[in-house]
Amino acid sequence: MTFDQTAVRKDFPILWREIDDKPLVYLDSGNTSQKPQRVIDAMSHFQEHTYAPINRSSYRLAGEATDAYEKGRVAVARLINAPSVDEVVFTKNATEAMNLIAQAWGRANLGEGDVVVLTEMEHHANIVPWLMLVQERKIQIRWVPLTADGQLDLTNLDNLLDGAKVFSFTAMSNVLGTITPIAMLCERAKAAGALSIVDACQFVPHNVTDVQSWGADLVAFSSHKMCGPSGIGMLWGRMEILDAMPPFLGGGNMIDTVTFDSFTTAPVPMKFEAGTPPIIEAVGLAAAVEYLEEIGMANIRQHEMELSRYTLDTLKGRFGDDITIYGPDDVQLRGGVFSFAFRDLHPHDVSQVLDERNVCVRAGHHCAKPLMKTLGVGATTRASIYLYNDTADIDALADGLENASDIFGL
Amino acid sequence: MPGLEDLYREIILDHYRTPRNRGELDPPAIKAEGHNPLCGDEITVYLSISGEGDEAVLDDIKIGGQGCSISQSSASMMTQSMKGKTVAENRALARRFKSLMGIEGIEPQAGDDAIDLGDLEALEGVMKFPVRIKCAVLSWNTFLQAVDTGGGTTSTE
Ligand SMILES: Cc1ncc(COP(=O)(O)O)c(C=O)c1O
Repeated sequence: MTFDQTAVRKDFPILWREIDDKPLVYLDSGNTSQKPQRVIDAMSHFQEHTYAPINRSSYRLAGEATDAYEKGRVAVARLINAPSVDEVVFTKNATEAMNLIAQAWGRANLGEGDVVVLTEMEHHANIVPWLMLVQERKIQIRWVPLTADGQLDLTNLDNLLDGAKVFSFTAMSNVLGTITPIAMLCERAKAAGALSIVDACQFVPHNVTDVQSWGADLVAFSSHKMCGPSGIGMLWGRMEILDAMPPFLGGGNMIDTVTFDSFTTAPVPMKFEAGTPPIIEAVGLAAAVEYLEEIGMANIRQHEMELSRYTLDTLKGRFGDDITIYGPDDVQLRGGVFSFAFRDLHPHDVSQVLDERNVCVRAGHHCAKPLMKTLGVGATTRASIYLYNDTADIDALADGLENASDIFGL
Repeated sequence: MPGLEDLYREIILDHYRTPRNRGELDPPAIKAEGHNPLCGDEITVYLSISGEGDEAVLDDIKIGGQGCSISQSSASMMTQSMKGKTVAENRALARRFKSLMGIEGIEPQAGDDAIDLGDLEALEGVMKFPVRIKCAVLSWNTFLQAVDTGGGTTSTE
């Protein structure tokens, strides 16, 4: 054990909750994570003592609130090893960060026939913003295919990247768990003269992240998947790129000056933070980052690799050919999200039966419909783990699956 | 939580394991598709209708696509109840079934109460599991889409 599991579990009040006198088995952190007491307290405390507008008013309270908001930015920059705090832009979520990139960078740099390379394992957040540009600007999308065990098939990558303007890919698939060779992919993009964009939503919460060693140009992720509150997401980008980009949304906070017929923009990051930002959420996020740092991202990764091994061995050991778990079996190559097909049961029925035992999993297409098509399924059941899960949660999952086959007589 | 036995009654499981009227019908049969974006279920309803207007008769009905036990068994039972009836009768059946599922905004018409839902009554338990109501009504909405517009796509959202 890399950290005190029992203590960590106690940090999350929702995990003490019982429904129908049975404990909660939360296996849906790939969707959104639970919050430690510290994050909940930081947000309450801030609202009780410090809450005020940021960047707008000159009284002391407003200054304190602005500092608290900016502490969130400092924490995020530290977590991902950003060279400069100003390179961290707050958005509503990762999806908004991806739209910001596609709209702001895309509008300035992409036109008819320009090529954007994506992979077949992307989340809709890294597909639809580009498809919108296909409709609006007639850009073209090329897709990196997958291998049979759910990794990127890079055989043809140089051809795919030839002449491309953008290579945007996930650092870790929210369906397959696959961790992609991020630094290598960024390097290949760079060699081809393409902008590299990393969807790090599933990666940052569970791993040591170093955007500098990746050599990435732009990176997007969300607070709510990393023990922080919902309502705030992050875009990190190299200053040179952010600086050259036009703004995304227009309004207050993002301007330098406005006249009756024109405006100039504030410097990065404010240029991209139009309107009143998620102030309370930034405070909660700072607390979440501090919490994760105290436990240690490397320890979290280690814990999840061990629990992933246990999960794969337990499910395959108990159900053999009756379960198909998608994605790589090697826990070095994957994170803790496990999408599977179980006997002939539909995922919706599986999750229904599991819910009776308070086992929370996601059933559906996981916002990755093109990937479902590649896998040849309509939906999967997905269990996903985090630092607060343990082997008892996985045993409860396996027992619940056993029960599902009993009910359906399969 | 209400017991799973309320949801997964034997008759439902029977229709799920051995769905009736599965397959396709060639044109000129009407074809409509229904999606449940929440869970990715996709259902195709094929209708072969003879005659005009409300007195037209549903000579044949087939179901394609894939979905969970609730959407599949509901579709299967629907085909059994509908085949051979007039479009007007089937619309009434759909109203009756959707009311059973607690769908709001359905205007009951004279005689609806007298309609016998037969096996479909077994789906009553779905009411206790609100997220599954969409599964149960998917095939019905797809049927209505087919008769109202002569085809196309419908969605539970
Ligand atoms: C890989 C990946 N990308 C993007 C997103 C979108 O994140 P959000 O919904 O926070 O914008 C998610 C979350 O589901 C994800 O898993």
